[in-house]
Amino acid sequence: MSLLLDVKGLTKRYGGLTANAEVTFDVNQGEIVGIIGPNGAGKSTLFDLITGFQPLDAGRVFLDGHDVTGLRPDRIAGLGVARTFQKLKPFPDLTVTENVIVGALARTADMKVARDQALEALAFVDLLDKRNSFARELSTGQRKRVELARGLAMHPRLILMDEVTGGVDQRTVPGLVDLVLELRGRGLTIVTIEHNMQVMMRLADRILALHAGRRIAFGKPEDVRKDPAVVDAYLGTAADAA
Amino acid sequence: MLEAARAEPLWPRPPLWAMGLGATGAVLLLAFPFIFRTSFSHHMMILILMYALMAQSWNVVAGFSGQISLGHAIFFGIGAYSSTVLFAKYGITPWAGLLVGMLISTLAAVAIGVPTLRLRGHYFAIATLLIGSSVQIVFQRWDWVGAASGLYVPIDRTSPWFYLQFHTSKVPYYYLALAAAAAGYFLVWKLRRSRFGFRLQALRDEPDAAASLGIAIARHKVMAFMISGAMMSVAGTLYGQYVLVLDPERLFSAEISIIVLLMTVLGGSGTLWGPALGAAILVPLSEYSRIWFGGTGRTVDLIVYGILIMLVCMWRPRGILSLLEERLRRRAGSAP
Repeated sequence: MSLLLDVKGLTKRYGGLTANAEVTFDVNQGEIVGIIGPNGAGKSTLFDLITGFQPLDAGRVFLDGHDVTGLRPDRIAGLGVARTFQKLKPFPDLTVTENVIVGALARTADMKVARDQALEALAFVDLLDKRNSFARELSTGQRKRVELARGLAMHPRLILMDEVTGGVDQRTVPGLVDLVLELRGRGLTIVTIEHNMQVMMRLADRILALHAGRRIAFGKPEDVRKDPAVVDAYLGTAADAA
Repeated sequence: MLEAARAEPLWPRPPLWAMGLGATGAVLLLAFPFIFRTSFSHHMMILILMYALMAQSWNVVAGFSGQISLGHAIFFGIGAYSSTVLFAKYGITPWAGLLVGMLISTLAAVAIGVPTLRLRGHYFAIATLLIGSSVQIVFQRWDWVGAASGLYVPIDRTSPWFYLQFHTSKVPYYYLALAAAAAGYFLVWKLRRSRFGFRLQALRDEPDAAASLGIAIARHKVMAFMISGAMMSVAGTLYGQYVLVLDPERLFSAEISIIVLLMTVLGGSGTLWGPALGAAILVPLSEYSRIWFGGTGRTVDLIVYGILIMLVCMWRPRGILSLLEERLRRRAGSAP
């Protein structure tokens, strides 16, 4: 197995608040790595640091052995890294197809090719019937799938997914899980942030657990689930709440 | 379903009524000087066409890349001064001046855009407003280009097409303005269907998402500003040749920057035909209010503009044409 993403000691501070403290993890080619942690654990910040959306205070990010630390977001995307956003960002005044075309245009300048690739991506996320709607008219779950399709249309090597199953109709969750597994089957490497622990146990090859910006566990799902620090920080409170 | 979707045309075909409307409009525009024969009607249409081009230029930056420029008069003035200085001082044909003006405007767009287009939100608008007034002051003090008294285009009756000035009829000016506007609208029509145009619309709405899809935000904004500046410059050269008097007070006025904004917002920013519609409404409004109210009409037209803009903001904040254009776009293919 070859290493695709290698994250070393990422640190991000906002004044006195440390959002990420020396977070280290790696992702192998074709692997699904899940990131868990309570709200405010620094999961989305970690995505922002890896993809260049926020400047980092310390640490290094290597993609396929190349140092990509501090590159602009569009440069990192150009290296084959797609991402979705927790707070959805579809292009509201473009149709669904046009949204996804923008993703496909990362790899081609031919509008016809881009349109056909966009339609394929939309077929994959099962949203073809909405293709001529404007993105602002869609439900949250549909907009999540637009974002996913938009990223996939880039034909990335690696995709960072921020809560694909969060805030959607629970009946659609199994379908989304199958979708992610099929993506991996096609050779895509995936890092996914998830709150739903059952989903995570089914999806992830390895899990990174964050708490207060720090890595508290990283390893196989069953090991991470039993890890005392994880139980204490995350699962314990969830169990108490339930 | 995928096969059916692939079989759809890449671009929605306009419905018959729209094609009919377009063909009728084209014929009317071509025949206009022979249908309406008064000098005043020619003058009015020349202004409408020039403003339609200027508003479209503004639309490229604001409507597509989402940056509100309040300094577009800079490029208008550069266009007028480039051709006139070259002709008055060196006898060079205004056709060459037109190209030089476009080049200088493009360079000016880079010089202004590179530092300011990194600014988000309203800072770009404020920066361009201030740079616009500074440029005006420079031209008002710059002796080589006539300072505050401006420049006159030297009269030459020997070769009207070479010197781009016509003293017996406004009709040639009409066709020049029509050709320039048509070229500008054709360019934007192509732009909207291009990779570049899609990327501009993406970064306008969601810059973060656009960046995550590999779009270099700052570079795209500067490129849009360059194209826009060159378009505005063409209108400036034509205007200079039309009025034959260059007054820095007027050419570089914030009023010009703002009126192109008003036209575009009124007609529909980000649409193809919105700027033309806005020009077709506001130019006659301004000219007639000047006639009806005499010299004081200038303030009256501003009041009417204000009322119109308020109505549009309340009734259709995205401009008169936005609804229509979206309907046409949604019609992609025949599938439900």
